[in-house]
Amino acid sequence: MAALVVRLSCLGKRWVLACIDGGSRHGRGAAIGLTSRRKRGQSSVAQQPLIAVQKSRKGEREWAAVVGLEIHAQISSNSKLFSGSQVHFAAPPNSLVSFFDASLPGTLPVLNRRCVEAAVMTGLALNCRINKKSLFDRKHYFYADLPAGYQITQQRLPIAVNGCLAYSVSVGKKPSQVSTRTVRIKQIQLEQDSGKSLHDEPRSQTLIDLNRAGVGLLEVVLEPDMSCGEEAASAVRELQLILQALGTSQANMAEGQLRVDANISVHHPGEPLGVRTEVKNLNSARFLAKAIDFEIKRQIHELENGRKILNETRSFDDKLGCTMPMRDKEGKQDYRFMPEPNLPPLLLYDTASLPPGADPQQVINIDWIRERLPELPGKTREKLIQQYGMLPEHSFTLLNEVGLLEFFQNVIKETRAEPKKVTSWVLNIFLGFLKQQNLAVNESPVTPSALAELLNLLDRKAISSSAARQVFEELWRSKGKTPSQIVSEKKLELMQDQEALERVCHTVMEGHPQVGVEGRRKAMHFSAC
Amino acid sequence: MLKGYVPPYNATVVQKLLDKGAVLMGKTNLDEFAMGSGSTDGVFGPVKNPWSYSKQYREKRKQKAHGENEDSNWLITGGSSGGSAAAVAAFTCFAALGSDTGGSTRNPAAHCGVVGFKPSYGLVSRHGLIPLVNSMDVPGILTRCVDDAAIVLGMLAGHDPKDSTTIQDPVKPFTLPTFADVNKLCIGIPKEYLAPELSSEVRSFWSKAANLFESEGAKVIEVSLPHTSYSIVCYHVLCTSEVASNMARFDGLEYGHRCDINVSTEAMYAATRREGFNDVVRGRILSGNFFLLKENYENYFIKAQKVRRLIANDFVNVFNSGVDVLLTPTTLSEAVPYLEFIKEDNRTRSAQDDIFTQAVNMAGLPAVSVPVALSNQGLPIGLQFIGRAFCDQQLLKIAKWFEKQVQFPVIQLQELMDDCSSDFEIEKLSSVSLKQ
Repeated sequence: MAALVVRLSCLGKRWVLACIDGGSRHGRGAAIGLTSRRKRGQSSVAQQPLIAVQKSRKGEREWAAVVGLEIHAQISSNSKLFSGSQVHFAAPPNSLVSFFDASLPGTLPVLNRRCVEAAVMTGLALNCRINKKSLFDRKHYFYADLPAGYQITQQRLPIAVNGCLAYSVSVGKKPSQVSTRTVRIKQIQLEQDSGKSLHDEPRSQTLIDLNRAGVGLLEVVLEPDMSCGEEAASAVRELQLILQALGTSQANMAEGQLRVDANISVHHPGEPLGVRTEVKNLNSARFLAKAIDFEIKRQIHELENGRKILNETRSFDDKLGCTMPMRDKEGKQDYRFMPEPNLPPLLLYDTASLPPGADPQQVINIDWIRERLPELPGKTREKLIQQYGMLPEHSFTLLNEVGLLEFFQNVIKETRAEPKKVTSWVLNIFLGFLKQQNLAVNESPVTPSALAELLNLLDRKAISSSAARQVFEELWRSKGKTPSQIVSEKKLELMQDQEALERVCHTVMEGHPQVGVEGRRKAMHFSAC
Repeated sequence: MLKGYVPPYNATVVQKLLDKGAVLMGKTNLDEFAMGSGSTDGVFGPVKNPWSYSKQYREKRKQKAHGENEDSNWLITGGSSGGSAAAVAAFTCFAALGSDTGGSTRNPAAHCGVVGFKPSYGLVSRHGLIPLVNSMDVPGILTRCVDDAAIVLGMLAGHDPKDSTTIQDPVKPFTLPTFADVNKLCIGIPKEYLAPELSSEVRSFWSKAANLFESEGAKVIEVSLPHTSYSIVCYHVLCTSEVASNMARFDGLEYGHRCDINVSTEAMYAATRREGFNDVVRGRILSGNFFLLKENYENYFIKAQKVRRLIANDFVNVFNSGVDVLLTPTTLSEAVPYLEFIKEDNRTRSAQDDIFTQAVNMAGLPAVSVPVALSNQGLPIGLQFIGRAFCDQQLLKIAKWFEKQVQFPVIQLQELMDDCSSDFEIEKLSSVSLKQ
C-alpha cells in the first residue's frame, strides 16, 4: 500500500521539486510545470516557485527531500589495488588472497598503476579536477572481513574533486517529456574493498571469504542535489554507462561491482536540512528508487507524528518494500583516520609538468589519458540524434538497454532501410517483444541480420508492413528460418503484377456483390499498399 | 600473539642474505613487538647480557660482593633487539639483524659491546619487518666490527618494489676505504645531549672521543638541536598512534593465537587480543587510539607531526652549516642488572633510555653505535655517530677510523667455557634461542 502511494506521488513529482535552497545548487535545472523541454547542458538557475506540493494527511506544510549518494564501483583491473592477487568474480573462496590481503605482518602495500589510471579517466569523464597530489589514509574499524583492522582510503586529499554528472529524468507521462539534471560530484577516491561475510545462522558462525579483500574501488560521492528515487536511479544509471564506456568498471550491480549507499533527509522548504539517514546495501537500480522513496515517505510520516529522525544506518528489505535499522550505533563510530605511512603521496603529472627523463612506467600523464578517453554516452547519444535523426528519448532508450545499441548498429549496417524505420522497429517492436518475454538483448531469437533482411524486404515493398509484423512474429517463434523463407512459406509477398491483381479483385467482387462498391475502394487500397 | 606462527615468506633483507649464501643460525629473542629498551618483556623470557659472564666483568665484581650467587645479578642487554646483540657479542654468529625504531639496535649494541648500525630510512627494505612505527622503523645491523656492518649493508641496501618507501636507486656493495682525511672533518657535539642523567663515565668517554678527533686535526664544534627536549614526548605520541594502527590486524582470525571464546566476533577479538598481547603492547594501543580519536587528533597527532618536522629540521640545519657528522653518547650508562632494571616499568625505562637515539629515527638519518671502552665495572660503553641522510657509507668510514683508534677489547668468555662443568651454565649463557 505504502509503496503504491509513493510511486504515484513521485510520478507526478510535484512535491519533490526543491528549488528551495537554490543558492548553493547552481547548475541544477528543475523541471517544473507540465511542459517538457529537454534542457541541454547547463540548466538555468531558477528560483522557480513550486507548482503543487505534497499535501500531507494533516494538511501541514510542504516537504522537500534531499538525497545524496555514495557509489562504490569496483575497478576493472587484473590485480588488486595494493597487491598482486587476481581480481575475478565467483572464484573458489579464499583462492585469490595474497599475504598482504590476509594482513600477514610485515607485508606492505604497492599501488596498482591501472587503478590510478582508472580513477583519472573517471575523474576526467565526470569533469572533475584531478589532484596532482593525493594522499592515502587508514580508516580503522574492527570487522571480520577487514583483515588489517583498517581500510586504506583517501580521506584527506582524494584523487579527483568537484565534478558534475548530467542525467535525464522523465517529467511527464509522455516519453518525450524528459529533462536534464546535473548532480555535483564531491570527490572520487581510491580505496580498498573488504572481504565478504557469509552468515551461517543455523551454526551461529560467520564464514569469511577474502577474495574481494583489497580489490580496488572508486568511491564516487554525489552531493545531495537529488530529490527522489527516480532522480537517484537515473543518475546511477548514467554513471554506470559512463564507467562501462570508459572500461574502468563493469559496474554490474547484480555482481556487486557497483554498490550504492543513499543519504536521505527531509525538511520544510526554507528551513535547515533535516537529520539524515543512510540506506545501505542497495544492489539494483530498482531497489534504489524504491528504498529512497520509501525512506522519504517514512521520514515525513515520523516527523508529522511528532517523532524525531535518528541519524542511523538502515537497510532495504525488498520483499517487504521498506527500510529497517541496521547497525546498533549509539554514537557515530570514530574511524581514527591516520595517514598511511607506507605509501608516499601520489603524484600525477601533465605534459607541462612531466619531469624530463622520467621513466614512463613510473609516471602518469593526465593529458595523455585525457586525449585517449573513449566516447562517453552523452556524445554517443548526440551522434545518434544527428546521424539518424532520432528523438532524444530514443537515444536514451538505445543506450539504457544492455546490448541494444550494438544490435541497432548491426541492423543499420546490413539494411538499406531508413534509419527512422530501423529505430522504430528496434525500439517499438523488437524491444517490445523482449520486454514481454523478459529477455535480454543477447537472448533474442532474432538476430540483427534477420531483422535487417526483413527491413530490406519491407523497404523494397516486397511485403506490406502488417505482413512484416507477421514475419517478425514467426521469426521470433521459430529459429533458423530467414525472413525470405517465411514470406514465401506464408505467401505474404505483395503482388506486383497489375493484371493478376485485377483478376483477383474481380473474383472477389463477383463473389460478394453486396460489398461491391465498398470492396472496390478497399481493393484499390489493397493494391496500393 | 605470534607464538607458533611460521611466516610463509621471507623478509627481503633475509632473502637477500640467503641469496648471497648466508647461513641462518636462528631467530633471536627481543622485547615483545620491539617495545622496550631492555629485551626483558619477551614471551620467552628476558635476554641476558654475555658480558655478565665475561672475565672482565667478573673480575671487577669479585672485588665487591662476596658469597653472592654469581648468576642472580646478571645484566640486561638493552633493547629491544637484545637477543641479536647478545648473539653477536657471544660469537654465535657473524652478524645479526635487528630493528631500530627509537634506538632498538644501537642501544643493545652499546650495552653488549658490538657495532649497531641504523641505516637511513628508505635505504633498506622493510618488507617482512613486522612494523612498529612504519614511518620510523628500519632493519638494523649488528656486527663485531664496522667492516662487517658495511659488508652486510652492501648486500641489503637498494630499492625494493615490495616496499614503496624505499628509494628508487639501486645500491651496489662496497668496501670501506681507510679514511685518511680526518683533518677535513667537522664533528658536531649537540649541547642538548648533555643530559643530567648521563653517567660520568659515559660523559668522560664522550669528551675523550671529541678530543681524539680534535687532536687529529678535525674541527670539533658545539652545535644546537633546540627541539631535543620535545622529542621523547613527540615520539611517544606518534609511536603509540602507529602501534594502535599496526596492531589492529592481530585478531586471531587469519593467523596467530586465537582464544577459545566463540560467542561473538567482538568477544573473540577482545579475548584474543588480551591474551595475545602483554601489558606494554596493550598500554601503547590504548594510548595510540586515544591520540587518534577525532577530538584529539589535531591536538596530539597533528601537533606531534609538526614537532617532528621541527626536530628533523634541527638536524638539517646543523648539517647544512658544515657539520659532517654528530658525535653523541648512545646510552646513559653501561648495562644495569636485571633486578634493578625491572624496578621501573617499561614505559619509564623506554623514555629514559631512548633519549639519545630516538630523535634520529624521527629524522630518518643514519646512525651507528661503536663500542669505545670498558667501564670501571668492566662493561662496554658505546658512542653514537649520526650522519647525513643517505650518506651511510661516509658515516661508516668515519666509524671505522674511530674503531681503529679506540681498539675496544674482545670479550673474554674463554674462562667461562673452560671451567664450565654443568650444562646449566651454558644454557644460561647463550641468549640465542634457536628455532627448533
